Amino acid sequence: MWEHFAHQADIGIRGVGSTMDEAFAEAGVALMAVIGSPDKVRPTKQCVLACQADDPEQLFVDWINALIFEVAANHWFFSRFAVTIRDGKLSATGFGEPIDPERHETAVEPKAATYLMLEVRQRPDGNWIAQCVVDV
Amino acid sequence: MDRKLVKQKSEYRWIVERAGAMKVDGVIFASESLIAGMDNKVVEQVRNVAALPGIVGASYAMPDAHWGYGFCIGGVAAFDPDAGGIISAGGVGFDIACGVRTLHTGLKLRDLEGRHELLADLLFRKTPAGVGSTGRIKLRPAQLDEVLANGAPWAVEHGYGLPDDLRFIESGGRMPGANPAKVSDLAKQRQAEEMGTLGSGNHYLEVQQVVEIYDAEAAAAFGIEPDDIKISIHCGSRGLGHQVGTDYLKSMASCARQMGIELPERELACAPLSSDVGQSYLGAMRSGINCALANRQILTHLVREVFDEFQRSAAIRLLFDVSHNTCQEETHTIDKKPRRLFVHRKGATRAWGPGHPGLPAEYARVGQPVLIGGTMGTASYILVGTAESEHMGLSSSCHGAGRNMSRTAATKQWNGKDIARQLAGRGILIRTRSIRGVAEEAPQAYKDVSEVVEVSHNQGLARKVAKLVPLICIKG
Repeated sequence: MWEHFAHQADIGIRGVGSTMDEAFAEAGVALMAVIGSPDKVRPTKQCVLACQADDPEQLFVDWINALIFEVAANHWFFSRFAVTIRDGKLSATGFGEPIDPERHETAVEPKAATYLMLEVRQRPDGNWIAQCVVDV
Repeated sequence: MDRKLVKQKSEYRWIVERAGAMKVDGVIFASESLIAGMDNKVVEQVRNVAALPGIVGASYAMPDAHWGYGFCIGGVAAFDPDAGGIISAGGVGFDIACGVRTLHTGLKLRDLEGRHELLADLLFRKTPAGVGSTGRIKLRPAQLDEVLANGAPWAVEHGYGLPDDLRFIESGGRMPGANPAKVSDLAKQRQAEEMGTLGSGNHYLEVQQVVEIYDAEAAAAFGIEPDDIKISIHCGSRGLGHQVGTDYLKSMASCARQMGIELPERELACAPLSSDVGQSYLGAMRSGINCALANRQILTHLVREVFDEFQRSAAIRLLFDVSHNTCQEETHTIDKKPRRLFVHRKGATRAWGPGHPGLPAEYARVGQPVLIGGTMGTASYILVGTAESEHMGLSSSCHGAGRNMSRTAATKQWNGKDIARQLAGRGILIRTRSIRGVAEEAPQAYKDVSEVVEVSHNQGLARKVAKLVPLICIKG
């Protein structure tokens, strides 16, 4: 599950899942929904992504920034992700296609993930959340 | 805002008194109602900046201040490199040298009669805007390094503009000291196809009509008359600047940790100006400034191409180009002594007063044009820098309206098509590839730019010269 949360100037993205991997994957979809409509994507191609960091929060910022880079530099747009995190290393596959502003109903390009309202944690109900504000 | 957090010193000047780790006071310029509407986080961020090493004078917030990342948006702070001063990527922001450029067209409102739609369509077709748009210039890495080292003069040398344009851009269009080698390959890859693009979000290209003149002398010096048609471009350093911000925020956080600089927020990540990381960021950030200046120069060229087709008698000339997300090396008089400082302005506009040696000759007697962008449904303003602003807030002024509603709330409340239709009913034509973007950028989602400008004017940070209203808006 993913959702957006309000921020005065920008927008917050939150992924929720039964594992940290799933929360990261869902937050990736939340980012795509900032940019446009991920449900309009035909996931015909796959993109391999990887990053690593010393702590889960920095890893999350790096993950979101890696996705921002793929959209900006390589014109990807994704509908879903499969994420595996082991020992501070993230490896992922993004399922998507080249961005089509009209069909994907694009709205805004994100500049970067910020450290604002950054959280990666397991909630008392056992689910994981991964979130931050994105500068747009 | 909780009024107990600030002390009112005069009608538009509020102090956040030095306490705890703060090395200087905080100063917020605002009216009663702007203060009431500001988030408590603005005070917290003003305080946090006041605690950074080597800060000089005060930690300032301009009238359009709102909660930002590390520094508040509207934050201004100067640091002395000889007193352990720092430089902060968060103090510049991700969109390095985002700014406004205003162009004369030589046309009057009557010259557009019956042809607004045509002009809107021509500008929309020519200007790459929105998510995934690419520019016509594709640069190899070595060519991009030339852009980063040379800024707008690179664009002019390559046929995008006129040599005289450069006189009306801060620093002559080229920020010295750029070091493209300190810009990552990722940042360069992100920029490879983005030169000469507008971007998205609150970025725009507007055709505007001058509707009011407040200061006849300054307006005459700037070449502004009632019913003039001007063009304003609001955009920045595109993907390159965003990636430089991302890269250095991370390396500065680690540098601050190693140097024992305590950061209440990660976004305050900074490095001493004397450190390797600080110097690397300075070289990369200045490259980002040059990228933004070249970008706005190329967009200006595209406007000229449109007017060649639309009306050949038009004369597109620069009124001015000013960046509002920067860190610049400047000399300011502090306690009657000139000091070399690194002034961060994050969502704040430099506003030099009359006689400043860096001004073009035409403006030397009146001061620097200060370009304040509004929303697609309200107004933009041109102000002029004042002499007294130097002592009030390091020659700084506001930069725009600032949002008062989140994007999520705006899209729930409004439909982009309705907003565009309403604006068209008022004679404002919107052209965009993103109708959802129009809802997110609805004029009602922003604060009243007029009040922000009034406070800057009444406090003397900068004085009002002219008001412009939009006729055509190309939204990113």
